[in-house]
This record gives sequence, C-alpha cells and structure tokens, in this order.
Amino acid sequence: MKKVILTTVVLLSIMFNATAQKIKGSDTMLPLSQKEAESFMKANPSQTVTVTGGGSGVGISALLEGTTDIAQLSRKIKFDEKQKLQESGKSVKEVIAAYDALAIIVHPSNKVTKLTREQLEGIFTGKITNWKEVGGDDMKIIPYSRETSSGTYEFFKESVLKNKNYVNGIMSMPATGAIIQSVSQTKGAIGYVGLAYLNKDVKAIQVSYDKGNKYVQPTVENAKNQSYPIVRPLYYYYLVSSEKKVKSFLDYVLSAQGQKIVAETGYITIK
Amino acid sequence: MENELKAGIRKFFERIVKAILALSGGITSFVILLIIIFLFKEGIGLFKSPVVEKGYVLCVHASNPIKQLTPYQIKQIYDGEITEWEVGKLIVPFRFEEIFSLYSDEELGEDYSLLTEKLGEVVAADSNMIAFIPEQYAPSNQPDIKILPTENITFADFFGGKEWMPTSLPAPQFGVLPLILGTLWVSFFAILIALPLGLGVAVYLSELASEPVRKILKPAIELLAGIPSVVYGFFGLVVIVPLIQRVFDLPVGETAFAGSLILAIMALPTIITIAEDAMRNTPKTMREASFGVGATHWQTIYRVVIPYASSGIGTAVVLGIGRAIGETMAVLMVTGNAAVMPHSLFEPVRTIPATIAAELGEAPTGGAHYQSLFMLGCILFIITMMISISAEIFNRKQQNKGV
Repeated sequence: MKKVILTTVVLLSIMFNATAQKIKGSDTMLPLSQKEAESFMKANPSQTVTVTGGGSGVGISALLEGTTDIAQLSRKIKFDEKQKLQESGKSVKEVIAAYDALAIIVHPSNKVTKLTREQLEGIFTGKITNWKEVGGDDMKIIPYSRETSSGTYEFFKESVLKNKNYVNGIMSMPATGAIIQSVSQTKGAIGYVGLAYLNKDVKAIQVSYDKGNKYVQPTVENAKNQSYPIVRPLYYYYLVSSEKKVKSFLDYVLSAQGQKIVAETGYITIK
Repeated sequence: MENELKAGIRKFFERIVKAILALSGGITSFVILLIIIFLFKEGIGLFKSPVVEKGYVLCVHASNPIKQLTPYQIKQIYDGEITEWEVGKLIVPFRFEEIFSLYSDEELGEDYSLLTEKLGEVVAADSNMIAFIPEQYAPSNQPDIKILPTENITFADFFGGKEWMPTSLPAPQFGVLPLILGTLWVSFFAILIALPLGLGVAVYLSELASEPVRKILKPAIELLAGIPSVVYGFFGLVVIVPLIQRVFDLPVGETAFAGSLILAIMALPTIITIAEDAMRNTPKTMREASFGVGATHWQTIYRVVIPYASSGIGTAVVLGIGRAIGETMAVLMVTGNAAVMPHSLFEPVRTIPATIAAELGEAPTGGAHYQSLFMLGCILFIITMMISISAEIFNRKQQNKGV
C-alpha cells in the first residue's frame, strides 16, 4: 500500500510539477550532469532532472526547438548558433560549470617528456613524422585522434592546431578508452585525452604554449591556476525566459556541494 | 450440420491467416522500398550542396585575379600548404571568428549592425587576403571586394577525391575513394581467410567427424555467431592488435589485417553452418551410388558431395561476404579508421560502415556531411546488391550444369 501511494505521489509530482527539467547536449559532460542531477534530486525530492547526450550541437538545436531546458556544451556556443537563436527571438545565458583539461599522452617507454604547441601542431598535421625530430628515438610518430563527432576533436583542433586540419588519414578512435588502450600498446603513439582519464598505462607530456620557455605538466592544480594551457570550459546554456525554472539546479551545480561532484568526476572546479 | 459449420469456421480462419501472411509480406516489401527511396533521396541532396560550407562565402580583394578555387585548393590554403597567390604574393587566410579578436562586441554595434562594414574594411585593407565569412555579413556591395562564386559538389569530387575530411572548414573534403577501397580491401582479405577455413571445417563436420565430436563442435560454432560484434571488436583491440604488432614488428597494430582477421572469425560460423547443412543434404543414395562404383571417401566428397552442395556453398559465401562488408562495430575498433588509400594489409584503413557509425551522431541534420553519410549508405547498398546478384547468376549457372 505504501508503495502504491509513493508511486502515485511521484507520478503526480512528475505530471504536475513545473520544475521537471531536461538537460541535453555534449557527451563529454554526460557523466558530470548525471551525477549532479542525481544528487540534486536527492537534496530536492520535489524536482526532477533528466539528462541526455547526443553532442553539443544537438543540445543547442534542442534548446532552439524548445525540447530541452538546459543545453550542455563542451565548447562555446558558435556564432551562427547564437544567430539562429536571435532570429527566433530567443536569447541565451551561459554558465560555466567546470573546466576540463586535455592531456597529451605517449607510450610510457617514450623518451620525449615535453613538447611545444608548434611541435604538437606539426605532429598532428603531419609535418613532423619522426620522434627524433622532437628529441626522441628514431621512431615513426603515430598520432591518434578522436572521431569528428567529438567535442574533444573540435577543441583540440582549435586550441592546438589553430584550426588547421589534422593530417589526412590520422588514426581516429571512437572513444577515449580506445585511445588510451592504443597508445599504451603502440610505442610511437601520441594522443589526447581528458585529464580525468589519465592512468599509469600512458605517459602525460609537458606542454609549452610560449615556444618552449615554460613547460607545464597536466595536473589538476596546474589546470586550476591556469598555467596549463589546454583547458576548456564546460558550459550550460539556457533561455533567459526559462531562468526561473532552471535556476535552482544551476545554483546547485555552482554550490560547494555541486563543485565537490565536479572534482569527484575528474573535472576542474571553477574556483 | 455441425460439421459443416465447423468447416465453414475453419475456412474463414484459414482465409484470415492467408490474408495476414500476404499483408505482412506486402508491408515488408513496401517498407524496404521506402527505406531505399529515403536513402537515395537524402544521399542525392549532397550534389546540390555548395563546396564551401553552406551559408558562408569566400571573399578576396577586387584586384585579385583569381576566379575560382577548387575545394581542395581552399583546404590547402587554409592549412597553409599553398602559401602564395603567385610568386611573391603571400596568401593571407582570414577566418570569420578572427574579427572578434580585432574588434570588441561594442565596436561591432547593436545586434552586429556594423559587422558587415568592419569585415569589409578588413578585407579591403589587404589585397592578398582571402576571407571566409557568413553570407549574411558578406560585404557584397563594396567595390574593393570580390565574392568568389561557389559551385556545387560534383560527382568527380565525391567519387574521385582522395581525402575524407567532412568537418574541415571552409571547404569540407568528401573524397570517398579511400573509404570504398578500404571496405573492399578489408572484406576481400577477410573472405580470403574465412573461405578455405570455413569450407574445410564444413567438410570435416559433415563427412569426417564422428557423431560425438560433431555434437559438441556444431553448437560451439553456432554459439560464435551469437557473440555481439562489440565483444569481437574489444577482443580484437586488446588481443589481436598487439599480437599483430609484435609478430610483424609493425609501428602500429591497428591495421587492415586486424580488421580482416576479426571479420573472418565473425564470418566463419555463417559459412560453416550453411555450407555444412548443404553438404549433409546430399541424398544418401548418391553417396552410396558413388561408393558402389568404387569411389574412395575423398573422391565421393570431392566429386559428388561438393558439386551437389555447390549452390548452398555459394549462399554461404555470399552471406559471409555480406556480413564482412556490412560489419561496423568490430571494424571500427580495430582498423584505426585512417582514411588513406590502402597500399598494404599492414596499414590502417577506414571502412564505410565504420564511418557512418562514427560520424552520424553529430552531423547536423540536412547538412552536406549528413547527406554524404547517406550517400555512403547508398554505395554500401549498391555493393551488397551487386554481390547478391552475381551470386544469383553464379548459382543459376551451377544448377544448369547439373551433377
């Protein structure tokens, strides 16, 4: 009997509660948003939050069509997306929920420990093909990339390659786990993964964005104090008109409790 | 009387069942037809898309004599591979986003009303500039600026192009040749490995194996067909890829050969079960007749059983090839997915199904990238159709020959 009443209450609250919110977008942010939503709902039982992935672009178009309340993006909103929203008379607000750092990884046996951005650009655009050109052994460089659908792929291209194209025929892997696996078993490999995925099977490289003056190790501390250069913000976007509805969840994410979850999920907190 | 009624009811039910069967057959065929029409309709749209990203244009200074750029040239310019318009005139590529680092949002005015003007100033100021900007902000009526005409993607670009970079800006590269060749390359070697092995096992199971051995082996092989392809892919990535790398001393283990090997393992159960069933269907009388005229066991297999079962073996081969060509997940995980023209077995390749699976997720609906993936689906469909038709022809010829 108790169960029946409980279910009815839950169902009713779902049906009649105006604070049921939907989040849609980036797959990178999926684990973060899910954990945030779970603990948010635990703290506020009257509220429901559903989270779905699909990609950053999908999130924005869902926001445009009104099928989601919050869009989660692992990149900044693009100019033409903003334009489309403006055309339909909607304006969006952005909230940075967390930061994510990309680590450059190589095989543990690789002698190279640091690279400049220019060297990385050369490697991933195919200008540099042998490790001895960057101070390593005489060995072919095998660069691994993510698939084009990934926000990480776009961010790396923008930040490290300065919008140039990856070398034609780069190895592209369907998931971050696959990149770790491949790099850990290929001597000449180099790849990029989110900081949270680093483990002892691969070696992270120090990176310099000022032509080799200062090399920085990818760690949470360095990402936080902004000395590590390959860091991207993770965003939530929402329509100004629905601010009231989504405010409590976004406030929760930005609260100390919410930021604790950010750190637990392997991302970098905003403060 | 009662019997008549019963018969009447039975007849009525039979008619209903017949109607349901006919209807389901009709619906199935109709749905398949609809899917094919949809596939081609979406795919053909690609050839109505401009070579430069939709909604954007390329502008140059009016004094620039250039009239037209191919998509490949545009890509090379923005990648810094072509650096001069002519000797001594360095190209200055400009992307639209750069305007925001030159001017603040306030300087661009309310709702970007001054954006067009500022873009015009930037392009007009440098006679060697090529600018990639949205059509709606293109400074089209300024005399100093020339907007390059954009053509649509052609069949030649698509089927003859050797670079697959569907998200490259300003000009995405839809060269499908490496993908088609990669698919055929991997499948061909998969069949080359699977066919002799599969037929060998089929002959062994149907003719040579003792009953207890057969009773264990057959279900075990059939079980192989039930393993999800992701599991095969994972097995391939963790076991086969490093193994190939070590055995052949390669710089990288994700190769066409790894894909072929996994596909061969996956196609084996299909080939074995169907071929074995066909061989076992050889009538006992034919075998006995063969033994009766003094043929040995091997001669019977080779001269009687295999020719009799050739149509079934043909089907086994076709289904095996079909499985290999259409397989997605396992190949996606072990071939490295590098869109290069295959030169050897020991290099990464990218196949059509893997490309569709990996990219459809975030290709904007209705865009050129989305349409190009549908076009890939059409190509895959045509390849499998050709294989089926050729198998059909082959089968008919075999049957006419008789045994």
